[in-house]
Amino acid sequence: MQLFERSATEIVHAVQSGDISAVECVTTFLDRIDRLDGKVNAFLAVNRERALAQAADIDTRRAAGKPIGPLAGLPVAVKDALCTTDFPTTCASKMLAGYRPPYDAEVVARLRRADAVIVGKTNMDEFAMGGSNENSAFGPVHNPWDLSRAPGGSSGGSAACVAADMAPVAIGSDTGGSIRQPAGLCGITGFKPTYGRVSRRGLVAFASSLDQVGPMARSAADCALIMESIAGHDPGDATSLTDAVPSYSQLLNEPLAGLRIGRVAEHYGPGLDPEVARGVDEAFAVFKAAGATVHDVELPHAKYGIPTYYLIAPCEASSNLARYDGAHYGVRAELGKGVRAELGGVVPAQLGKGVRAQLGGVVPAQLGKGAGAEYVGSFESPLVEMYCRSRAEGFGPEVKRRIMLGTYALSAGYYDAFYAKALRVRRLIQQDFLEAFKKVDLIAGPVSPTPAFPLGEKTGDPLAMYLVDMYTVGTNLAGIGGISFPCGFTKGGLPIGFQLQGPALAETLLLRSADRFQRLTDWHRRRPPLSV
Amino acid sequence: MSLSSKDVAKVGSLARLALTEDDLERMTGELSKIIDFVSQLGELDTSAVEPLAHPLDTRNVFRDDEPAPSLTTEQALASAPRHDGSCFLVPAVLGESGAA
Repeated sequence: MQLFERSATEIVHAVQSGDISAVECVTTFLDRIDRLDGKVNAFLAVNRERALAQAADIDTRRAAGKPIGPLAGLPVAVKDALCTTDFPTTCASKMLAGYRPPYDAEVVARLRRADAVIVGKTNMDEFAMGGSNENSAFGPVHNPWDLSRAPGGSSGGSAACVAADMAPVAIGSDTGGSIRQPAGLCGITGFKPTYGRVSRRGLVAFASSLDQVGPMARSAADCALIMESIAGHDPGDATSLTDAVPSYSQLLNEPLAGLRIGRVAEHYGPGLDPEVARGVDEAFAVFKAAGATVHDVELPHAKYGIPTYYLIAPCEASSNLARYDGAHYGVRAELGKGVRAELGGVVPAQLGKGVRAQLGGVVPAQLGKGAGAEYVGSFESPLVEMYCRSRAEGFGPEVKRRIMLGTYALSAGYYDAFYAKALRVRRLIQQDFLEAFKKVDLIAGPVSPTPAFPLGEKTGDPLAMYLVDMYTVGTNLAGIGGISFPCGFTKGGLPIGFQLQGPALAETLLLRSADRFQRLTDWHRRRPPLSV
Repeated sequence: MSLSSKDVAKVGSLARLALTEDDLERMTGELSKIIDFVSQLGELDTSAVEPLAHPLDTRNVFRDDEPAPSLTTEQALASAPRHDGSCFLVPAVLGESGAA
C-alpha cells in the first residue's frame, strides 16, 4: 500500500514509531497536491515550505527523544472558513481576498498543539453558502470521481482533497449539511458533531445557532482520532459544551448487538434517486447482519426542514455578515474623487479586477450623485455609500441573495410571519427527533437525494440547489450529530452516501456504528480513477 | 405572495447592499419564488409552540472580570482598508447627502 493510501491512524502510528518521517509523509501529500490539484481545485492556498519546516521540527524532536503530539506529522487540510495566521482566510469570497486573521481558530490551534501539519486551506462555497462549491469566488471544485460533476458543498474542497488522497484528513464546517453532503458525494466519511461539541471560535460565522466544525476523512476511525484532539470545551466560545470528551478511538470496538436503528418513511419521498434508495437499503442490511435491529420511525415535520432552514440560516447570516463593512477589514469600494479628496488623495483599498472593470475606469465627479450611477437609488451619506458599494462589490450572488432574504424576513412587518414562525417550526422538528430517539438509538437514511450532479446543473435555480440538503438540515436545526459515509456506487461509478443521526452527545455511538459498517464493507477504501 | 422591485430596493437599502437595475430585476423574481416556497410553513398551526432560537438550553456565560491580553492596535488595524495608526478611517459619516 502506498503511503498516501494509508489511514490517518496508520500514518500517526508510523510517524510515532519512526517507520516513516514526518517530512516523508508531508512531502508525499504535498506532491499529490502539486500533481492533482490543477484538475480538482480543492485548495485555495498551500504552504509547502512552512509545512515541511513543521514536519522537520517534529522529526528533530522525535529523534531527540522529546515528546511529540498525538497527531504528529499528520497532514491536515483546513476549510478556508477557519482562521489561520499563516495562510490567508478568504471564505472563498472576494470580500476577504488575501485577508490574514490576527489569530488561529481554536480548532486550528488544537491541531497545531497535537503536532498535525496544516498543508493548505480548502475551497468552499462563498461564506459556506451552497451545496455544490460552485459559489466560490475562486472557481468550483471538481469531484474526483467525475471531474465534470460537483463535489457537493459547502466543504467541497475538503471532501475532494481527501477523496483524491491529497490529504488524509480535512476539517470542514456544517451548517445545514456542509460536511456530510460533500462527504457523501465524494465517497468519504464526514462527521458533524453535536452543536457545541467543537469550538466555533475563529470559524467565520455564517449561522451561529447551526454552525459546527468537524472532521472529514477516509474512515470513521480516522474521524474519531481527529475528534479526540479538536473536541472539548473552549472558554472562548460561550456555546461550547463543557462535557468531558471520551476517548473515541478506544471505544470503537464494542459490538453493535442490540442497536436500534430508525428508518424514516419521510426519507423515501419524491426526489430520491432509485439507485441511492437501493444503496441505502443495502446498508440497512449490513447493519442488521451486524446485530442491529431496524424500526420504522416518523419525522412528521421533516418536509418543513428546508423552508425552516432557509429562513433561519439567512436571517442569522444577514446579521453575521453585517460586519463586512469596508471599514475594518476586507474589500472597500472606491468611491471616486469626493472620497479621495476627503481621505487626503490616497486611493482607499486595493480592489480586485472585477471591481475595477465594473467601475469602468470612470471616476465620478461627485459623491452621492454621479458616483452611484450604476446602482439604483441614492445613499444617505458618503459612509453609507461606501458600505453599500463595498458589499455589492465584495459579495457574490448567493451570499447577496441570502443577506437579502434574511434582511427581508427580519424586517418590520415580516418578523413574526417568517423568522418567528421558522423558530416555532424548528422546535417541532427538534421534538420529532426527541420522540424518535425514545424508540431508537440512531436514525439512518440517505445523505443526499441524488449522487453527484453535473457542474452547472443547478446554478440557475437557487431553490433546486437548496433541496440538496433535504436530509441533512434537520440535524443542525435540532443541534444533534450526524455522520455520512459511502455505502455503494451507482452504475455510473458515483459514490452513494449513507447518513446516521444520533441524539445530542452520541458521538461515540455514531462513530462506533459507522466504524462497524466500515469493518464489514470496503466502499470507503475505493479510490477514484484520478488517484490511481 | 410576490415581492415588488420597490420592496427589494428597500431591503437592499436595509441590508446595505447597492443594487444595479439587473440585480433588482433578478432578485425580485428569485426572492419572490423563495418566499413563496418558505411560506408553506404557514400550513402549520404553531400557536401553542414556543420558538426555538438555539438548540442548547441557552444561559448566559460569565467570565471573571480580569484584564487579559487582547489584540494590539497594530494587529487590529493590520487589515483595515484605511487607518491612521490609531483609528479606522471612513468617509464622512454626516457628509452631503445624495438625491434623497
